Amino acid sequence: MRILACIKRVPITGGRIVLTDDARAIDTRHLGFTMSPHEECGVEEAVRIIETNGGDSVVLTLGPSEAVEQLRDAMALGIDRAIHLLTDDQEWDGEATAAALTEAIQSDEATSGRFDLIFFGNESADSAGFQVGARVARALGRYCATGLKGVSVEGSSVRCEQEVEGGRDVYVLPLPAVLTVKEGLNLPRYPSVPGRMRARSKPVAVSTPLRPEPQLELVRLIVPAGQGRQAEVLGSGAAAAPAVVEVLRKAGVL
Amino acid sequence: MVLVLVEHSEANPTDPSLQALTLARSFGQPVHALLVGAAADLSEHGVSVTHVAEHVALGSFAPDAWAAILGEVAGRLSASAVIAAGTERGNEVIARLAARTGLPFAANCIAVSPGPPVTVTRLRWGGSLLEEARLHGSHALITVAPHVVPVEPSPMPADIERFTPDLSDEDLLVRVVEHVAALGGGVSLTEAKVVVSGGRGVGSKEGFAMIEELAGLLGAAVGCSRAVTSAGWRPHTDQVGQTGTKVAPEVYIACGISGATQHMAGLKGAKRILAINTDPEAPMMLNADYAVVGDLKEIVPAISAEIRKSR
Ligand SMILES: Cc1cc2nc3c(=O)[nH]c(=O)nc-3n(C[C@H](O)[C@H](O)[C@H](O)COP(=O)(O)OP(=O)(O)OC[C@H]3O[C@@H](n4cnc5c(N)ncnc54)[C@H](O)[C@@H]3O)c2cc1C
Ligand SMILES: Nc1ncnc2c1ncn2[C@@H]1O[C@H](COP(=O)(O)O)[C@@H](O)[C@H]1O
Repeated sequence: MRILACIKRVPITGGRIVLTDDARAIDTRHLGFTMSPHEECGVEEAVRIIETNGGDSVVLTLGPSEAVEQLRDAMALGIDRAIHLLTDDQEWDGEATAAALTEAIQSDEATSGRFDLIFFGNESADSAGFQVGARVARALGRYCATGLKGVSVEGSSVRCEQEVEGGRDVYVLPLPAVLTVKEGLNLPRYPSVPGRMRARSKPVAVSTPLRPEPQLELVRLIVPAGQGRQAEVLGSGAAAAPAVVEVLRKAGVL
Repeated sequence: MVLVLVEHSEANPTDPSLQALTLARSFGQPVHALLVGAAADLSEHGVSVTHVAEHVALGSFAPDAWAAILGEVAGRLSASAVIAAGTERGNEVIARLAARTGLPFAANCIAVSPGPPVTVTRLRWGGSLLEEARLHGSHALITVAPHVVPVEPSPMPADIERFTPDLSDEDLLVRVVEHVAALGGGVSLTEAKVVVSGGRGVGSKEGFAMIEELAGLLGAAVGCSRAVTSAGWRPHTDQVGQTGTKVAPEVYIACGISGATQHMAGLKGAKRILAINTDPEAPMMLNADYAVVGDLKEIVPAISAEIRKSR
């Protein structure tokens, strides 16, 4: 089988979000970066399916040069190679992102063969557009299931489970298919030291797509009110227990 | 006119859909509603025409079919915007409509102004950040963040128009073929009046025994941070936050949780937050209503003992 996972580099925002002066981005000068937990589960699932079925796995991102760190992270978990669509630091909207990813997928498939499965996160951690997976699926003419917490390949089809109120809805799609997944799908492994070493020498193919004018244009970001309330300190250590019980009683939960 | 997809449960419109109808009126144009499978009474919600799609194959949810129907009705009526609730289904269906049409889609909006260009304020980062954005396209596709926009009734008699959509086999291939019921048991995290939640500070899987003890005494659900699920101490179903569950209890008790923005994204609905942490400067301690400084391994059992004593 051939499997692709699409990931996006995002900052780890910590306890408080600080914006750049023009309010069009998060000030990331003191922050680390990661891929979204949803996407990490997509990567883990791709690795597991290849481990059982054989084949090869690829990770794809559109992002700045530093995004190679996240590609290496994915390869440390067991992905075989990477495709990096290089951007400057500008935002790409969902439509533009999907178009660039689609083109990269089509060109990789032209030389290496069709991907049986393509994994996306249900939504990206930062822009949360809820759309790139569906757009790529449509552009490739493939069926798509979204928001999945259960995936199992059964012959030439894939059984997909979506968590809904009261249980799980099941979809069965023929391969090739596009799946968007959520954290909880699996428990991703920690990268091993040999895994990290191997990742360093795995191939990363780089190209630079042109950014079209956005259809969904970011004007500015706003930090919502309510960050940094002032708490009432009830005390310290075990001696604070009576005060805690008093608070619970006043709240009507005792 | 603008077209709103209204989700319903046995002909009762869902709250997020009513919120979407309220926000749709910001366009200042007639609002039409589309329901799949059954009509609902929308006479209190400013809807001038309710379109009801009926088709034998629509007994179970089929997202491509819903997107096809929405696109067909929007096209027939020349809707300037298509709107849905920012629920899992709403976002999924509008994303598929966006994919079919190539139109811009703004998910989880909390405000819109009709423009042109249409301008929206929408949620990012699970609500930890807002974005003001412009939509450049012939029509706007929008979902409305659930439980942010209050429903404002606006009585108006609504005509009901039933129709049978044209659906291809392809539109119907992706559909729910089976529903597996949850096992149930325990207090549900989303509905609990109290949540006792543990973070990395709990120290181990076994450490959660004291969290469970306190939760048991309070009839509370147990929650946790991502540090805990990643370590395998608790299942992901217990995780609170941006990529976990969003909770809305009367009291949220955060034990040994630092309060990263992605965790706080799950607490927007919590009425009161009580934080227990060795670090008085932890973001959770600064964002809580009540704080207790110190080692949770002493404090949590002491609270349990105090509750027992008071009974
Ligand atoms: C895109 C994205 C999505 C994410 N989604 C989520 C999510 O849904 N939910 C989530 O929780 N996280 C999420 N995270 C992770 C998040 O950023 C934090 O890493 C995580 O919440 C930290 O968990 P923690 O507070 O338990 O651990 P830490 O940050 O390590 O904090 C531990 C806290 O315990 C305190 N402590 C230690 N020992 C004791 C003791 N004995 N007694 C009392 N206090 C003690 C410490 O002072 C510290 O404040 C996400 C991250 C990203 C990038
Ligand atoms: N720049 C990107 N590079 C690669 N994949 C992306 C990118 N942006 C979004 N995606 C994928 O699309 C999913 C949904 O993104 P979004 O539509 O922005 O919520 C993400 O979880 C990723 O899997």
